[in-house]
Amino acid sequence: MTHADVPENYLTASWGWRSWLLTRDHKRIALLYLISITLFFIVGGFFALLIRLELLTPAGDLVQAETYNKLFTMHGLIMIFFFLIPSIPSVLGNFLIPLMIGARDLAFPRLNLLSWYIYIIGGVFTLAAVVTGGVDTGWTFYTPYSSTYANSNVILTALGVFITGFSSILTGLNFIVTIHKMRAPGLTWFRLPLFVWAHYATSLIMVLGTPVLAISITLILLERAFHIGIFDPKLGGDPLLFQHLFWFYSHPAVYIMILPGMGVVSEIVTCYSRKKIFGYTFVALSSLAIAALGFMVWGHHMFVSGQSPFAGMVFSMLSFLVAIPSGIKVFNWTATLYKGSISFDAPMLYALGFIGLFTIGGLTGLFLATLAVDVHVHDTYFVIAHFHYIMVGGAVMAYFGGIHFWWPKITGRLYPEVWARIAALIVFIGFNLTFFPQFLLGYLGMPRRYHAYPEEFQVWNVMSTAGASILGLGYLIPIIYLLWSLRYGRVATANPWNAMGLEWETPSPPPETNFAATPIVKEEAYSYDIHT
Amino acid sequence: MTSIPESGPASVHASHGVHDHQFDDAAQQQEAATLGMWLFLATEVLFFGGLFTGYTVYRSAYPNAFGEASRHLDIVLGTVNTGVLLLSSFSMAMAVQSAQLGKRWRLLGFLTSTAVLGAVFLAIKFTEYVHKFHEHLVPGSQFVFAGPESPHAQLFFSFYFAMTGLHALHMIIGLAMLVVLMMMTLANRFGPEYHTPVETIGLYWHFVDIVWVFLFPLLYLVSR
Amino acid sequence: MFTELPFWPQEASTVAGSVDVLTIFLVIVAFSFSFLILLLILYFSFRYRRRPGLAATPVPTRLSLEVLWTAVPLGLTAVMFTWGSGLYMHNQQDPPGAMNIYVVGKQWMWTVEHLEGRREIGELHVPAGRPVKLILASQDVIHDLFIPAFRIKQDVVPGRYTTLWFEATRIGSYRLVCAQYCGTRHSGMIGNVVVMEPQDYQTWLANGADDPPAKSGERLFHTFSCAGCHELQASQKGPPLIGMYGKSVRMESGETVAFDDAYIRESILDPNEKVVEGYRPIMPTFRNQLNEDEIIQMIAYIRSLGTGDAKP
Repeated sequence: MTHADVPENYLTASWGWRSWLLTRDHKRIALLYLISITLFFIVGGFFALLIRLELLTPAGDLVQAETYNKLFTMHGLIMIFFFLIPSIPSVLGNFLIPLMIGARDLAFPRLNLLSWYIYIIGGVFTLAAVVTGGVDTGWTFYTPYSSTYANSNVILTALGVFITGFSSILTGLNFIVTIHKMRAPGLTWFRLPLFVWAHYATSLIMVLGTPVLAISITLILLERAFHIGIFDPKLGGDPLLFQHLFWFYSHPAVYIMILPGMGVVSEIVTCYSRKKIFGYTFVALSSLAIAALGFMVWGHHMFVSGQSPFAGMVFSMLSFLVAIPSGIKVFNWTATLYKGSISFDAPMLYALGFIGLFTIGGLTGLFLATLAVDVHVHDTYFVIAHFHYIMVGGAVMAYFGGIHFWWPKITGRLYPEVWARIAALIVFIGFNLTFFPQFLLGYLGMPRRYHAYPEEFQVWNVMSTAGASILGLGYLIPIIYLLWSLRYGRVATANPWNAMGLEWETPSPPPETNFAATPIVKEEAYSYDIHT
Repeated sequence: MTSIPESGPASVHASHGVHDHQFDDAAQQQEAATLGMWLFLATEVLFFGGLFTGYTVYRSAYPNAFGEASRHLDIVLGTVNTGVLLLSSFSMAMAVQSAQLGKRWRLLGFLTSTAVLGAVFLAIKFTEYVHKFHEHLVPGSQFVFAGPESPHAQLFFSFYFAMTGLHALHMIIGLAMLVVLMMMTLANRFGPEYHTPVETIGLYWHFVDIVWVFLFPLLYLVSR
Repeated sequence: MFTELPFWPQEASTVAGSVDVLTIFLVIVAFSFSFLILLLILYFSFRYRRRPGLAATPVPTRLSLEVLWTAVPLGLTAVMFTWGSGLYMHNQQDPPGAMNIYVVGKQWMWTVEHLEGRREIGELHVPAGRPVKLILASQDVIHDLFIPAFRIKQDVVPGRYTTLWFEATRIGSYRLVCAQYCGTRHSGMIGNVVVMEPQDYQTWLANGADDPPAKSGERLFHTFSCAGCHELQASQKGPPLIGMYGKSVRMESGETVAFDDAYIRESILDPNEKVVEGYRPIMPTFRNQLNEDEIIQMIAYIRSLGTGDAKP
């Protein structure tokens, strides 16, 4: 196909800076997000690299203690607030939700653009904090260290996170209204793709949880600016109040980070097994269950904080309960493979990797929910390994899988399949090598946020750093070939994978208004049995 | 799968039954706007809720200090302000009704009275703040409170200023939106078939009023 | 290097073994489910790999399976919860007859105050075979005392006392670390627990050159003119202190409060939060005049004035 033959689509509909920076098209906004979060991913990854380099040797000899403290703080802040939380919802959710429900755009396109600008402004504040000296409070900002004692850019960073939170709230609000009000005729709730269900549940958390983070940060800002003692015991304040307020958001936040990935996995597993999902209703409702239960477990971060033991028991029990719906999903995805016709394209490799690694990460969460064991492993590398299995082995793999799966739809080009599979395997191997030893280090007693450690721990740390370099390579390769494919990749048809879903019923890339005519839906999701 | 042909070129602005291009019809747009506002108000409940939680924690920890500190608030002005806000909510409800009935000048009148009452509220609040400043009751280095309860009283005033300040910020934003509504009314943008912004901003205004209805007894009526 | 790959920390306390057994149970469950999923994925991937002429077969959802893989995990997690909380609540109970040692965490060191008189920095000497209760205070930010070989950990929170108990079972030296990020030298806030034979411990205690904390506390008591109001016996100005430690006291507000470490500390720092019945709120605060170590010395002194009948 020559350049002249390419039909007009959302990429070619208009030109120039203003058509991108003032766009209201959800697809273009998704690309704006894609570029920004990739940049933040690289920055956050760079900090991780430095951390792992420092940890090659037992002594704290690569960087000074204060620098190391800033490295892990900024790694956490950037990865969580500027990469993980927006990634799938703001890139894939923004692009696909209107397409998947047969709509022309989200309910509030201008709010969507505003979300991106708010995200960028928050990011600028935070990067400013990074380059003008950094912040060293840990991403958790515990008081009174952050409110009274820290000598770093707490206010600037806190402002950046505060501002970015509103981006999250607006995105969630937009998704909820869109999904409620703008589904195509015939598209009832229980015919929705599970990707949409997952984002609906995620949006509920974004909308209800993020404001509490905003207040927690506001109180830190006030205390730091005016020394009013909200969290300072010397002035009658209670440091634990901060922890309750902070974790009330930050625990549900982890479900913001994982639920969208679960939605992606459901789409990929069905397509590459050529089958309906097993247990559709259960998978759909489990997303809501995770969102609801996720708001009730925040105290499991505070078992040894001075919280009452009885509160600890309540939070422990609820934390076990929240694991159950995740387990239901894993079993249903696995059952979907049964009697399928399975191919192992790169998205499927990422999805299968997600299932395995998320399972391990989730099971290690049970160790943390178990009170007597958590006392030992809290604030050690066990926790770090647990959440990286879920966030990196889970969420990031799902993100990469989704990017590959919908790449042809978004760009009109195919990625190179062989390189993609190689990269997926490199990521899988590098990831496990990096993080599995950290479970051992944690149980052995290596605390987190330490840059020096006893000599006998060096073996595991070296293995972990070796794994991290392999993992980094695994992430670099797709960035290169995906950029390459924009120019040299094979041109994609509307539905290169023969997948079910309204997004595949329109050209690749889609026209600006998505559909030439509003689709009417007459069948369930993933009706691979009806169509070959 | 069959499909419905599109009805015509996209519309750019929404008024008098025309709707934004992403919506199928004006009714869908109106429903979306209303749901969006309710969701936004839900986020506001959680936002203020965090402050209410912190306040509750410290009030139960230091009941004496909070009681004493609360008595330094001007209950007369606070009560007047409560009345002013309740009246403004009534006025706002009348504005919405005027819009539904297509009564343009009544709408403008009620929007104006709502805004005026809102401005009165803010003026009274500002007066209270000035008093507190002169009485050295603003938390920070200038804070002075007689008696041994001083640090805990400062906590009370921190929450007082944070909560009423956040509320006042919402009032100011509400006032700005009322001014926009008044301009839109003058430009004859509203009628019985389209007055969604009046309704949604009405919801917002009622919410800000309700927040005050909780703030007032919690802050002013602790130990009276 | 590989012959000494560390896999498991030493067990050196009475609770370490039971925590490890529970952990191993969790490891078995985790491995089993991980392998189950892994094997299923591998098997299905192989058995149902795409081949020409072989289409996918629709499989209707089976409610019985959904119930199965909801109920079994629920059952297993119920076991984990019961076992874990039971062990945890048991570990939370202070054992009777525990000896008290005071520990202050501050950026970036641990100071230890033995009531009999020895002070330590970065080291905690204890006897084996005897329950030890640590009373933890922070001078500044939140720290956390973690002794991996004992499987115990507790946040040290400014503004209050937290406690941690253990009974060491093996002679030796075990790492002690701060496990709550506390600033620049967080990684350096480490030390050792030195577990000794009881007789050796007594010898070590007796060899201290420092004054016992109670003696330092007595000096502070007079330096700050506490005797002026409290006079150790009942007086009009301040309530009595002799023989009070461990008793219950009635407040003006009607509530009854235990005369314990936390109460003494609060009385020194926020004297008018709780006023004893029959007295007026006239005690000044000593907040900016005494640090956490000195408060502990005062407590030690008041303890030495005799305990009440209620258990300490």
